[in-house]
Amino acid sequence: MNEISITQILFVSTALFFIGMYGLFTRRNMITMLMAIELILNSVNINFVAFNKYLYPDKLDGVFFAIFVITIAAAEAALAIAIIINLYRSHQSIDVEDANELKY
Amino acid sequence: MNMGIDFLILMKQEWAVIAILFILLFIKVGSKDRTNENILNLVNVLLLLNLIGGFFGYKDGMLFNEMFKTNHLIVMEKNILSLGTYIIALQSSSWLKNNKHVLEFYLLLLSTLLGMFFMISAGNLLMFFLGLELSSIPLAALSNFDLEKRKSSEAAFKFIISSAFSSGLLLLGISLIYGTTGSLNFSAISEHLHGGPLQIFAFILLISGFAFKISAVPFHLWTADVYEGSPVTVTSYFSVISKGSVLFVFLTVLYTVFKPYGVTWNNILFVLSVLTMIIGNLFAIRQNNLKRFLAFSSVAQIGFILIGITGATQAGSASVVYFVLIYSFSNLGAFGVISLVSALTGKENIEDYKAFYKTNPMLSWVLAVSLFSLAGIPPTAGFFGKFFLLMAGAGHGNYILVTIAALNMVVSLYYYLNIVKAIFMDSNENPIKKLMIPASPKLALIICSTGIVLTGVIGYVYDYIYSMSIGF
Repeated sequence: MNEISITQILFVSTALFFIGMYGLFTRRNMITMLMAIELILNSVNINFVAFNKYLYPDKLDGVFFAIFVITIAAAEAALAIAIIINLYRSHQSIDVEDANELKY
Repeated sequence: MNMGIDFLILMKQEWAVIAILFILLFIKVGSKDRTNENILNLVNVLLLLNLIGGFFGYKDGMLFNEMFKTNHLIVMEKNILSLGTYIIALQSSSWLKNNKHVLEFYLLLLSTLLGMFFMISAGNLLMFFLGLELSSIPLAALSNFDLEKRKSSEAAFKFIISSAFSSGLLLLGISLIYGTTGSLNFSAISEHLHGGPLQIFAFILLISGFAFKISAVPFHLWTADVYEGSPVTVTSYFSVISKGSVLFVFLTVLYTVFKPYGVTWNNILFVLSVLTMIIGNLFAIRQNNLKRFLAFSSVAQIGFILIGITGATQAGSASVVYFVLIYSFSNLGAFGVISLVSALTGKENIEDYKAFYKTNPMLSWVLAVSLFSLAGIPPTAGFFGKFFLLMAGAGHGNYILVTIAALNMVVSLYYYLNIVKAIFMDSNENPIKKLMIPASPKLALIICSTGIVLTGVIGYVYDYIYSMSIGF
């Protein structure tokens, strides 16, 4: 069996990034948008770990960055969910089309 | 031993903010019988001490394997941010007086300030990213601080989603830069820049992440909504402190790390700045809500600041820092009046301000002087700030850019004067009634107007900033 090359891993991570971007722009449900953002951040994590393992294996910069990104993503998700819950209390909906008071 | 003292002195401003955070946390956990009045006074005194302490013990140096660096300019930038935070704390007292979450407000506010300090001092992309996130995540919570208002939660949601998306772009850029250079340290990165296509792509992603945070034009769409929905105090924090801190980092990153890409980012900033000025100005003309109006006017101001950055000289970096100082005085002056009126009467539209002069002459003068300074009319400091920005841009030979900027200043004069006209000349059946100004907002307004008048006239300020600035 052949070794997996860095190109293939980068292909996966780039695909994941743009799937996340597509999801963010097309989905109208706030929780799903949040999931799309998580996809974007996780694709970046794959990038960091892959670069670290294949190109610069002598230092652990990339792995540490990935750990910090995971932590930050968790904090961001917690706050976003709190905001969505609060928004649900006043709007009775988590569809972004219903949060439309601020325009132009 | 010596190392330990360095450790304390180099990070003195961070330590001060952390100490204030801990004091507030202990108060929160401890006694329950404190009135809001006491807490607000305590916080104001602590922030004043923080501001004064920042002016002592300047020292250049690096810590933690170049992760944290500081020099005279960075200390000066942090002092500008501390000053702005102190003014905002003074202004917010009339809004927070009857709020039962005062301590939480200041805990979140000071966490973002701490994040900005670390971001400005960052010498490493990891440190920079952590500082940026520490400064933007609590800001989303702050913009939702009016928990029961529909607009407030909508604004907070828009902010958290767009800031998370922009961090995603920024992170992709950072990861590709790591992949192409093999390091996260600023000094090591600039040695390994070779101009390959992947690296240029990463650099553009990094710039778009920055442009999101400073709301330069293709990335400005969140600005007006978030500014309108958030409480006024938070809006002023967004438009002055948060933007200013990102600008400082932007300046350092472009001037020191990405120096080899000078031509590339000069072209990018040219396009960004033209778009930002024109679109910001055109949208500002049609606004009715004053907060929304100031949001678009601040977008237009960012366009002028970008001209200063394209200067790529020591004058360029000095003029940007100088302009941010002036901009914080003038914008906080305008927001101070608006937040006072909004807290006492709930009115935020331009129509409500008609005949404001008849009932509140003093507030009207402060608002008018701030708007003049934002527009850049000579005796006020705003003129000198914009003059130096355009001079820096012209020094690099960007005459087209400077001409467009000069034309845009005429347009901006129209809408700023429109508000001054509404305040002083228009008539109104039920104007805003005469307001009693409490002591601490009054102090904040006095500081702002003094700053607007004196910063421009006293040439020493600019010389002082110039002497510390980074060259190119």
